[in-house]
Formats: sequence, C-alpha cells, structure tokens
Amino acid sequence: MIVGLDMGGTHIDAAIIEDGKILKTVKQPTNRNNLFESIRGTLNVLLEDCDKSKIERINLSTTVSTNAIVEDKTSPVGIIIQSGPGLNNKFLACGDKNIFISGYVDHRGKMVKDLNLTEIQDGVKSFKEKNIQHCAVITKFSTRNPSHEIKINDIISKDFSHVTMGHTLSGKLNFPRRVFTSYLNSAVYDTFRDFALYIKRSLEKEGINAPIFILKADGGTMNLDASEKKPVETILSGPAASFMGINAMLNTDKDAVLLDVGGTTTDIFFLVDGVPLFEPLGIKIGPYNTLVRAIYSVSIGLGGDSSIDIEDKNIKIGPKREGVPYAFGGPKPTPTDAMIVLGRIGEGDEKRAYEAMKMLSEQLGLSVEKTAKAVLKTMALIVKNKVDELLQEINSKPVYTIKELLYGKKVEPSLINIIGGPADVLAPILEKEFNLPCYYPQNYDVANAIGAALAKTTTEINMIADTSQQTLSVPELGIYEKISGKYTLENARKRATELLRESAISLGAEKDTIETEIVEENSFNMVRGFYTSGKNIRIKAQIKPGLIQELRGEVND
Amino acid sequence: MIKSKNKLGLVFFPAFDWAISRTHPEREERLLYTQDQIFEEGIGDIEGIKSYNPIIAEEKDIERVHFCVPDVKSRVTESHLISAGGAIRAFQAVMDKEVDKSFALVRPPGHHAQRVVYGDRGFCIVNIEAIMLERIRQQYGPLRIAIIDSDCHHGDGTQDIYWNDRDTLFISFHQDGRTLYPGTGSVDEFGGPGAYGYNINVPLPPGTGEEGFLYTLNNVVMPILDDYKPDIVINSAGQDNHYSDPITNMNFTAQGYAKLNDILDPDIAVLEGGYSIEGALPYINLGIILAMAGLDYSHVKEPDYDKDRLKQPDAITEYIKQECEKIYNLWKEKDDLRLKKYKNMSHVERSRRIYYDTDGILESQTQKFTICKKCSGVDTITSRSDIGYSIFAITIPRDACSDCIDEGHRMYKDVPPATYTNVYLQDKANDVYKSK
Repeated sequence: MIVGLDMGGTHIDAAIIEDGKILKTVKQPTNRNNLFESIRGTLNVLLEDCDKSKIERINLSTTVSTNAIVEDKTSPVGIIIQSGPGLNNKFLACGDKNIFISGYVDHRGKMVKDLNLTEIQDGVKSFKEKNIQHCAVITKFSTRNPSHEIKINDIISKDFSHVTMGHTLSGKLNFPRRVFTSYLNSAVYDTFRDFALYIKRSLEKEGINAPIFILKADGGTMNLDASEKKPVETILSGPAASFMGINAMLNTDKDAVLLDVGGTTTDIFFLVDGVPLFEPLGIKIGPYNTLVRAIYSVSIGLGGDSSIDIEDKNIKIGPKREGVPYAFGGPKPTPTDAMIVLGRIGEGDEKRAYEAMKMLSEQLGLSVEKTAKAVLKTMALIVKNKVDELLQEINSKPVYTIKELLYGKKVEPSLINIIGGPADVLAPILEKEFNLPCYYPQNYDVANAIGAALAKTTTEINMIADTSQQTLSVPELGIYEKISGKYTLENARKRATELLRESAISLGAEKDTIETEIVEENSFNMVRGFYTSGKNIRIKAQIKPGLIQELRGEVND
Repeated sequence: MIKSKNKLGLVFFPAFDWAISRTHPEREERLLYTQDQIFEEGIGDIEGIKSYNPIIAEEKDIERVHFCVPDVKSRVTESHLISAGGAIRAFQAVMDKEVDKSFALVRPPGHHAQRVVYGDRGFCIVNIEAIMLERIRQQYGPLRIAIIDSDCHHGDGTQDIYWNDRDTLFISFHQDGRTLYPGTGSVDEFGGPGAYGYNINVPLPPGTGEEGFLYTLNNVVMPILDDYKPDIVINSAGQDNHYSDPITNMNFTAQGYAKLNDILDPDIAVLEGGYSIEGALPYINLGIILAMAGLDYSHVKEPDYDKDRLKQPDAITEYIKQECEKIYNLWKEKDDLRLKKYKNMSHVERSRRIYYDTDGILESQTQKFTICKKCSGVDTITSRSDIGYSIFAITIPRDACSDCIDEGHRMYKDVPPATYTNVYLQDKANDVYKSK
C-alpha cells in the first residue's frame, strides 16, 4: 500500500493506492495557520480504517517550505560570498547579513587567490552580533573546486546551527542561482526540520513506521532524511504532483501538452517522448532564480471562474478572478456560467448563468447560446496561443553543436491530456482548435494525491573528468577523486552511472527499480601549446521521474 | 535580478562538434571556458539579454560576397554556413528592433577570407561579417556601415571585399604586418578608386597595451566615425591582442576590450580570432557582453592581470601618437588625394599573390577597377592558383549605373570559351549570381 498526500493552498488531497488501484481518497481544507496539523488530520481520516502495517511508503508533497518563503517567515541567514572577478556582486546580497570575501578559483577549478581568514572571522562576528543562526557559503566556481567553501564551513560550522555550502546543492554552473538557492536552503532549514520531526512523531504515535518520502518540484521524491539536508528541494512541488497525476492516469510515450485547468489558473506542462520537460536550470520562487530542478510549468490566469469582459466586440477572459461565477452569486460572467447555459454543468443558478451570458451577448450582437459557445472557444484559443508561444520558445532554446542545430529534437505534441473541473467540457473544443486528440481522466480531482503517491525517487548528477589535471568531480555528491591520465568517456559514463545509482539508493530508491540515463555527454580534446594535454569530459546523468506502479483505470476521450 | 541598460542579443554558438583538425587552435575546445564563465556568471538570467540560435546561411548569401572556386559546395561546410548564419541572426535582431545591440559569439571566424576563395586562409574560408552585412543590405535596404576590426591580425579579407565600397568604411588596427601574419595592413592600403580613403589601417607595434589601443580608438577611430556618420557600427571582435595570446605579441586586456566596446558602442560585434582560450577569452567575452549590455564591467579581470607588468613603454606610446595623427590627416585629405591619384585614369589595376596558410595554396590575381563618374564602377578579377583553376570574375557593384550593369553582363557573355576554367558574374545591383 502506498499513501500519497498533496498539500495545496486551499485543500489537502490524499490517496491510498495498492497494486495500481486507488483504494481511498480524501479531501480536507488546508488550515493555513497550522499546516502541520492539517497534514496530520488528513492522514488520520485517510488511514482510519486501514491496516497500517501494510503501508509500504508515504509520499508527501508539502508547501511548508514554499509558504515560509512566500510569507517571509524564514530564519535570518548570514551569507559569505566569494565572487572573484566578473559581474558586480551587489545584487547577490540576499541574506540578512552579507559578507563579500576575497580569494578566487577559476573556471578550471584552479586556485588563483587564497582565502583571507580575517575576513571570515569578522564575518562570523557580525553574524553573531545580529543573532544569526543560519549561514550559507558560496564561492564562484565552487562546483569546480569546493575547497574554499569546505574550509570556511570547517571554520564556522561549530558556531552556527546550520551552514549550507553552495556546491552541495547542484553541480550546474550559475553562481547567482547557487547563491540564492543556498540562501533559501538555510532560510527554510528550521521550518522544514520542525515539520519533519513533527511528521515522524505523529506517524510513530499512530504506529506507522513506513518510510516517508517528500515530493520535489522535478516530479520525483527523496526520503525525509535527505530532504532535511536539502529542504530547498521541497519547494513548489504542487504542480509536480498534478503533473505526475495526469501522467499516471493518462500514460503516454509521445510528445504531449498537459493541462490542469482550475478555477483561477491553467497550468501548462509538456511531455517529450513521455518524459517531463524540465526547467533548463531550475525553478523561480518569489524574486529568486534557483538551481532547484523542476518540471517546466507555466501558469496563466485562465480558469472556470475567470471574469469575462467585452473589449471592442472581443471576448476577454481573465487573467483576474473577481469571485465565484455569476451563477453562484458572483459579480461577473465566467466560463463556468457559459458551461451552465450550454447544459454541461448541472450546478449553480441556471437563470443567473443565462443572465450573465445575456449581458455579454448584447454587447456582441450574438444569441445567448452562441455567446456561451464563443466564450468556450475563446478559452480554448487562449490556451492554444499560449501553448504555441511556449513551444516556439522551447524549440528555440540555445544549442551548442552543429548536430543539435541541424537535427536536434523539436517538441511537437501529438496529443493533449487535460485535468481539472472543466476538462470534459473543454476537451472537444481544444481537440478542434489544436487539431489534436484530447484526453481527460475520471478522477481528475485527486490527480495530485495520486501523482504524489506514485512518484519515484529521482536525482541528477553533473560530472567533469579532467584527464590533464587527473581529477573527477561530482559537486552535488561531494565527490572529488583522482583519475588516471588515460581515463576515457566510456570510463566516465560507467562511473557516472555507478555514482548516480548510489546516490539514488541513499535518497531511498529501491535497487531494482533504478533506471539511469545519461542526458548529456561531451569529451573535449584539450590542447596546450601544440600538443594534446588531456581530455575534458562532461557528463550529466539523471534518474528521470517515473511511476512506482502503473495505474489501472479508465480514460475518457 | 539584474536588468541591462541596453537590450542585448547574444548568439553563442561554440560549435562543440567542429574543428579544423584535432590540435588546431580552431577546435572544439575554443569556446568551452568562455561558456563556463558565461554560465557561471548567470548571463542568461539577466533581464534584457536574449539568446538566439544561428540561422543557416544560404548558398546565395555566400555568392553575394565570394567567388568560391570551383563552387560554394566544394569550399564551404555546414559549420561556415552556421557561423555566418549566427552573425546574420544577430544583425536581424537589431534591424527588427528585438534588441538594441547584438554579439555573435560564433566560430569559425572569417575576416581573412577574401573575394576569391580557393581554400582556408588564417582559419577562415568565408567572410562571415561580409556575408552577414550583404544579406542584411538585401533584406533591409541600403545602409552606411563602419566595420572596426580589432583583431590582432590585419583583416585583409574584409579589406579586399570592401576595397572599392565607400558605403562600407573599414578600419583595422592590428599588430604591424611586418611582424605578423598576414603581412598586409599598412597605412598606404587606403581603398580602391571608388572608395579611396574608406579603407583605413592602423598598424601597431608589438607590445602595444591598453594605452595604445584606447589612444588609437579615441584619436583615429572615433573622430573618423564622427565624420563618417554610419548607420551601423560593427566590431569585428578578434581577441588575440590579449597579452596571453599564444600566436601574437600584444599586451591588451579584458578591461581594455570592454572599454573599447564601451567607447566604440558598436551595434553588432562578431567574434573573430583569439586563441588564449583559458586565460583570455572567458574574461574578454564577458567584458564585451557586459560593456555592450551597458552593465558594470569594472570587476572583469584576468586572474593573472598585473597592471604594472602590462604597462606600455613610452617609445611605443610616442610612436602610436605620431601614426594616429598621420592617419587622421590622411582621412581628412582623402578627397584631394583621390583626385590627384586617379586623375585622368579610366581604370586601375593591382596584382597580388595571396597565400592560403591553412591550406597551403598560392594564388596569383589581378583586379581591374573601372573608374566611373556615376557609380563605383564594374570590376574584374583574373586569378589562378597552384591547385589548378584559372578564373575570371566580374562584379557589378550595388550602386552600379545602368551602363556598368550592361557592361558587366556583356563581359560575362563575351568571355571567349576555354580561356578560363571558371567564369563568374556577381550582379550585386540585381542580386543575381552566375557562373559558367
């Protein structure tokens, strides 16, 4: 038995799944003042008559870190930044106290200038004066050589409750994002630790000792222990839960558009050969670009409750929602009113829905029914235009080889999968506008809980093997090892796969379910003077998001 | 988040799967560390910097500029079409007002490629800037352009292509040709009869540093640009004047390159040479990007930067001052000089031997420029090379008068058969290119 739970802004959804069958689902309101208690309460209701000893794992998607960041309820953080030559570093000062130190490591990881320890001691003093408990240390190119970060950590860690080192969060190059991600990790450290402790205790009390996993924004999970070290990885996992839910209910191995249409917004995702499309570097939260791996998702202000206006005889829907639909006593006509008028929804006050459409129809010079149809068509068109625009962007992402430029994979969706309240009504209209088949599932309203329940453990590593320096590094795993001058791409590939497996196991993956994948690989001939001095091998490998079990259920199209 | 002052288009195409040969300076690794630096700085996250992929240039784009012998397909690879296409895309983004400025960080380079192409010289087969510019002129109409070539090697290819075109001012400052490939680029190479004075060379002595380059910029380039008033300024942004470059002898710096682009304020920059791939390129390219975007570049410095060690000797400073004064005066007097030089002449001929160092080919050619009162005049090239081929090539300029257009076509028609292996006609006025 697998338990999945997704905490949203308004509701918490939870589900129990066994052998691909949904046994039970519950929906509870979120108590924003007590998120921990909301989760515990929902689990209680979900598990009240089940055999708790049969629970194999519990997958949670939680907003505790996200909320702390968005509501600015994080711990104060002291940041030590070594920015070396490059951009003016002022914009990196995101902490409550920011110390810029000297020293520099270059793009090859060569130590150019060493640390000045006095600067660090002064920094520690100034953090203490501000009563700061959490720190982050980030040095430019620390992914290439983390020795400065490690050295600083060794000096200061005894004085603070937690220190985040930039290189441990991601092996990707992007110093500003590494600074922001490290800051956020330290800022939500206590919040998440408290949550983890609370969950562990409450489940123990209930006599549940199944392993607990936390959902990440990339559609995968990691175990609770790992997430306590990298709580920043738990932000914005909500859309990932929905995404995995759609995927579980409507599995495909093709390029596809995934839509989640709600009351206020529509979320757009893409599948490439059945695999989620990711953000190139990481997700953005508030003002911060991060290196947190995430499923690419774009939210537009268009939903069943979006308010409709007529501008120059054109129907304008959203992006605002000004209340419930007119048929439910709201102030403005909405797409939901159009659906009621067309007899596609059996709720709400039909008379008021008709009135709402009539207001629009008078301005448009159309019949009420035609107006209602035009509203839904407009809704589909807004989605289509946005999807086209996003595809254009996605398909023109920078590439760096002639092969990719000439023959690179283009994302060309051949179907649409849609969930959400108006999914069944919109499906045929979208089908027509996109000229693509459009599918929707039965139990869309618990897709997020199912997605959370079925998400596998995922991870990614970025490896560089430099045979002239005879070093191999995987920053996010803290691996910096010696290699021979004769190391080959084949060796590196093998080592990457090995390390990725080990990492996945430490995050809680089951050995026989791990599917590794080399996403990118390059081997550059390095020449110094007129002679080949070595190879610079670069590998990115991942365990892609997937489902623990196939869901057995019906699909509508 | 940072927002740039100028909207900057960036075509970064390192061609990680292309090299002239495994250990050649123009190899896969060349822009690897530049990419690392750009990625680590988070340039892609700066609001106002927009990335573009190259488009692929077409055969006709090449024919508009070059006579490829025997034809485009035999000489030009996809990598060249993409490099030129990258430059075109960068320029289009500016013309379409998607961005204020653009930087095409593409390879292979092109500024040594002359009008006739038998093979590779100075790592260049086709002139990517000229291909870019002529395509833009066809697409967007006439433009008055200044190309400032800041590569350490004389831009002899660009000079050849725009030798007789007064709508394209070419200024190259470079290490003196008496001390470096390709050997040309002296002050007296001043342009053809239709554009005398619009080809300006500033040979600089080995050892020139920030001071000398910026002096040249402020005292020759900028005053001439003020006089010329171009619609668009292009920086042919070679980076081998750097003190760490392995194949040159200058002392320029990343700060210097950034300042140069700050002062020059080009609309387009296109990467040319530069082979100090670890110690210089990452910092120079970052400096140029920041300067063009209008961002603070004062913290961009090479790890081993040492101001005192790179100080320019006084003798060099003095020499450059005198050269600059001489050259600016020549520019001022160019019209008088032209009248004197070409008085009562109906045509001008020049014969040269051109060595293709990368491919080891020797070419002998004679160019013949007709002097026409109404336009730049039709011109011809007769050329032969030691790999075979004997060609005759006719160019009708963009601004050609109807007499010159007719004359060009007549020449093409009347070439006696079997005199040459290949005959070409470049009718730039009508954008028609023929060969037989």
